[in-house]
Amino acid sequence: MDRPIDPAPPPSPSPANGRAAVQGVKQSPDAEEFGFPAPLWRAIAARRPPLPRWRSPLRGPWLTSVLGLALLAGLPIVIVTGLLSYMAYGPQLGGSIPGDVGWLRLPPFEWPTRPSWLFRLNQGLHVGLGLVLIPLVLAKLWSVIPQLFAWPPVRSISHALERVTLLLLVGSILFEIVTGVLNIQYDYAFGFSFYAAHYVGAWVFIGAFIAHVVVMLPRALRGARSRSLRAELRTPLAQTEPEEDDGSGLVAQDPAPPTMTRRGALAVVGGGMVLVGGLTLGQTLGDGVRGTAFLLPRGRTTAEADGGPNDFPVNKTFAASRIAPADVGESWRLELVGDGSQTLDLAALAALGQHTARLPLACVEGWSTVQDWTGVPLRELAALAGVPSRRRRWCARWKKGRRPRSTPGRSSTRTRCWPCR
Amino acid sequence: MRILHRFYGAGAGHLLGIVVCLVLAVGAVAIVVDDPAWPRMLVWFLAAVALHDFVLFPLYAAGDRLLTGRKTRTTAAARRRPRVPVVNHVRLPLLGAGLTFLLFLPGILGRNEPTLRSLSGLDPGPVAGRWLLLVATMVAVSALVYLVRVLRARSVSTPAGDGG
Repeated sequence: MDRPIDPAPPPSPSPANGRAAVQGVKQSPDAEEFGFPAPLWRAIAARRPPLPRWRSPLRGPWLTSVLGLALLAGLPIVIVTGLLSYMAYGPQLGGSIPGDVGWLRLPPFEWPTRPSWLFRLNQGLHVGLGLVLIPLVLAKLWSVIPQLFAWPPVRSISHALERVTLLLLVGSILFEIVTGVLNIQYDYAFGFSFYAAHYVGAWVFIGAFIAHVVVMLPRALRGARSRSLRAELRTPLAQTEPEEDDGSGLVAQDPAPPTMTRRGALAVVGGGMVLVGGLTLGQTLGDGVRGTAFLLPRGRTTAEADGGPNDFPVNKTFAASRIAPADVGESWRLELVGDGSQTLDLAALAALGQHTARLPLACVEGWSTVQDWTGVPLRELAALAGVPSRRRRWCARWKKGRRPRSTPGRSSTRTRCWPCR
Repeated sequence: MRILHRFYGAGAGHLLGIVVCLVLAVGAVAIVVDDPAWPRMLVWFLAAVALHDFVLFPLYAAGDRLLTGRKTRTTAAARRRPRVPVVNHVRLPLLGAGLTFLLFLPGILGRNEPTLRSLSGLDPGPVAGRWLLLVATMVAVSALVYLVRVLRARSVSTPAGDGG
């Protein structure tokens, strides 16, 4: 299918027209191209320094739009799983870092214990997809970099503010990538709390991302429609030509001959994403493919074959826990506090009913392993200590909080207790 | 509305988007305002942009220009050869090597050694060697594909092309 001859450039007095004029498409820029205060912007525009000349014949609104829309599909998943991860640590119980985030968090909820793979999936998606999107982010930044050096740098108050949000957008996504990539590899070069910084950076990014989508989505949809993806995927190098100049400053004025098709460029980006995925997802998909993440610290599993002490990865060695061996010797006691407080020694604990479950150990760093865990369930220890079961506890809170005192002790079904959570 | 356009330079939707962004940014910064490490966070934030825009991008763009600049000769000798451009067969392994180096830098340079050992009991040693092997593999595969393409192009063009 041939693309339309006229890709319908925006007819409104959009900022894009102003930039095209300065670049020489129109010779005499008129007053309407600058917003208030126009003399200021015009004075800045007149002081044009030497700026880089862009040569790539592939840059243009279509390519940028396709890359942008792909990010629009992927990034919300990284954002939501990141915010969910914060909630999984139980901020209402003081378990999340940073502790006090005001209203900048999801509504409080108790992380469900079932399905047990929920956090594994959440973290695998957050870290895995976050890593996979890095080549796409870099490609998107490459595709729009001429606009960083566009002249005049500012044409109106709205444009100035938009550029501030772009600094926040690019800064925060790079900040999130850098801190995240370093953190999952135990490189703490940044010297600040990863959790606090990554969470704060995330909210800066969320705001800038919303603003960017609000401002750019119409242009992105228009750009994506300006050429047919199917046609681009069939265009060989000999027929690869620059896009029509829409005045956005993305299309090179004096392009070099193409060395790659648009199909090729998309394949390079996609290939980069597949490469990153192939080198990282093994750390969470399962022990069978863990070795594919051979450049990541958690791409190694087993004991001696791989230089480690265990048959599966752990998130802290005994040495790192700083527990003195004497503290877990004969004198070790487990103290249960509740209505019927008691103290157990190791033998008493081992004599209790042991329960084995196959559960994932899923780390916030995005790696996980599914293993058999044996021990005494917490609910049995709670019962020993006289702590009411979970169902009764909910009801107790419900009674205390919202229910009239006239019906004390009434046994409630689990469903009826939900409102008190 | 017209006044907004005249002084602000865009519509209400634009303004709303910007306000949401700035409000969230201020709210986010308020979380760490009492953290003594906030100046470091700010430095890393700005350095991330500066290093990407003014170091990483110029470096790879200059490298690419070197690569593509060499290839544009159209001498008779160049034209006689089968037309399989080598540029992408150099570009792709380089891109792959650069991307994986940046992404797995802590392991490759062994920067995570003490922490990794105490947390996981693992010796981070072999990552650099593995990365070099990966790069060598990417180079070899790219070269092999180039060779196959050249041979195929030659076998197609031999009957007519040898005489020139």
